[in-house]
Amino acid sequence: MDNRLSKKSAGGGVNFALKKSKTGIPGFDEITAGGLPLCRPTLVCGSAGSGKTLFALEFLVNGILKFDEPGVFVSFEENEAELIENVASLGWDLKGLTEQGKLFIDHVHIERSEIEETGEFNLEGLFIRIEAAARAVGARRIGIDSIEALFSGFSSDSLLRAEIRRLFRWLKAKNLTAVITGEKGNQMLTRHGLEEYISDCVLFLDNRMQGQVATRRMRIIKYRGTSHGTNEYPFLLTERGFSVVPITALAMDYEVSTQRVSTGVERLDTMLGGSGCYRGSSVLVSGTAGTGKSSLGACFVSAACGRGEQAIYFSFEEAPKQIIRNMGSIGIDLQTPVDQGLLTFHSVRVTSFGLEMHLAGMLRMIDEVKPAVVVIDPISNLNSVAVLEDVKEMLARIIDYMKMQGITAVFTDLSHTGSSLEATEAGISSLMDTWILLRDIELNGERNRGMYVLKSRGMSHSNQIREFIISREGISLKDVYIGPGGVLTGTARVVQEAAETEEQILRQRKADSMRQELKRREKALQMRIQELQDAFAAEKEEIEQELAETQAKEKNLAYNKSALAAMRGRDKEER
Amino acid sequence: MPEKSDDVTEALEKELLQYNEGMYILRLYIAGSTQRSVKAITSIKEICEKHLQGRVQLEVIDTYQKPQLARKDQVIALPTLIKELPLPLKRIIGDLSDTEKVLVGLDLIEKDAGR
Repeated sequence: MDNRLSKKSAGGGVNFALKKSKTGIPGFDEITAGGLPLCRPTLVCGSAGSGKTLFALEFLVNGILKFDEPGVFVSFEENEAELIENVASLGWDLKGLTEQGKLFIDHVHIERSEIEETGEFNLEGLFIRIEAAARAVGARRIGIDSIEALFSGFSSDSLLRAEIRRLFRWLKAKNLTAVITGEKGNQMLTRHGLEEYISDCVLFLDNRMQGQVATRRMRIIKYRGTSHGTNEYPFLLTERGFSVVPITALAMDYEVSTQRVSTGVERLDTMLGGSGCYRGSSVLVSGTAGTGKSSLGACFVSAACGRGEQAIYFSFEEAPKQIIRNMGSIGIDLQTPVDQGLLTFHSVRVTSFGLEMHLAGMLRMIDEVKPAVVVIDPISNLNSVAVLEDVKEMLARIIDYMKMQGITAVFTDLSHTGSSLEATEAGISSLMDTWILLRDIELNGERNRGMYVLKSRGMSHSNQIREFIISREGISLKDVYIGPGGVLTGTARVVQEAAETEEQILRQRKADSMRQELKRREKALQMRIQELQDAFAAEKEEIEQELAETQAKEKNLAYNKSALAAMRGRDKEER
Repeated sequence: MPEKSDDVTEALEKELLQYNEGMYILRLYIAGSTQRSVKAITSIKEICEKHLQGRVQLEVIDTYQKPQLARKDQVIALPTLIKELPLPLKRIIGDLSDTEKVLVGLDLIEKDAGR
């Protein structure tokens, strides 16, 4: 619809907003804000094997399949049969499309040795052929691959240039959106300076070797009337064709969530402000070999699947079966979520292909599965196929992408013993919202795992080192013993704990005995008080008795005195 | 194109070669009735009369009318004179004004033979 409308305005030559023709190539339409300039020629240049032909072909095939725009492919290099065969592996049925009258492949063969120039000529024959082909299928799109072959066939450079210029103008006039390929030149973008004639859109494809891995990149050299990124965009030739890796979040304006997701380890959730990390945040788990990074990652996905969410586990080291077996041994059941269709594994060796291929593969998988949690284990392996800068860039992209989708991402990272953690991770740590560090603590002839939260954006997190225990029952965290001797873990911690318990018992006993002693003493005191009271009482009684006796005696004495006196007086009177 | 007709053409070519050595089959592709086309036609007719009397079969094709033939003959430049026989196949392009070069192309004189 849109295309049909714009056709008119492009033909009228008064269109202000540039109309575009969608390529249908994943990522490309995003970076060009809609595709190639409609009804104008686009030059795609690059060295041999950089994917120019494929780009042109995919533009046509997608035009037919996705946008119902028939096309003509003018091939100066491969013939029809070769083309059909070459792209059959991508699932493009050129033969079928040709038979349906949607595609016209015209192979232009030039054999210098057959040609004798005997006077003035032009390339009208080519024009006629193209026009006939375009008319036969009602073409809206055309691919010309690669027109520079003309220069090998004819001697007059100036004539060819004039004719090529005429051809491009003619294509415009015919309202054909064209993709013209050109071989990379030494000084110029193309060997014969085709870029001079194409002013609307020029793309450059590159296939660079880095280490032993080739990386394909695309750059938009110019795109008149359109703002476009000037970056190099990695792209891939996958089994489904061209795929440009989009830089998804040019502006970091994604939604953020305040929802928390559990890490699958209760104590760790507590350490992360009480309820785990934010949904859509990126978590880096780094540590030396064997510190339990993968196990923690497995815990994450297991917890997610337990909540009924989708999860993907990308592994660069272990095969899915091996991960399932290994995690089963520490009480993390990954088989069940796999059976339930909640957990998807994707295991691939890092060295099997380039970084961008990995990235694209991951993004595609994320698109398909739409997970809530993604684990990438480990990202440090990516360094073996690319330089740190590229890895960082790729991770930034994947993180941005996942953030936009609200996917919680867990990255494990193997750090090497001996090197400073902060130095080696400097490149990627800034991308991460939460950084959990696992380290081994060697003490008393044993090696134990310690864990702490190095950083966690947007939450108050614990500053404590915890002992990270992987047992048959799963992962758990324990307080470490911090005493005068430093941090104690493992057996030392257990011993310390036992010693502490013993001490406590002793203290308890001592207190108990002291309490008893006190009681005993109190009792003794009371007994003594009783005794004294008793003695006093006895004494008191004695004294009181004595007093009573004295009183009685006194009474008696007084009585006796009066009686005596009386007796004495009577005697006198009677004699 | 169906294979059969190719076979037939091939067989015919062989026959012609065998029994009629020196027989010329020429096709001149032109682009309508431009000045250049007229010039090319005039030139080739002259050459045929002068050098190939009685042993030439010349066909003039207007490419606009038969683009599929141009495709089959891999014609890009116009005018193009195709010398199908005798072998090897030659594409003599241009308005045929350089007679010497045309004759070279038609194998009627050696290249660089002074004339």
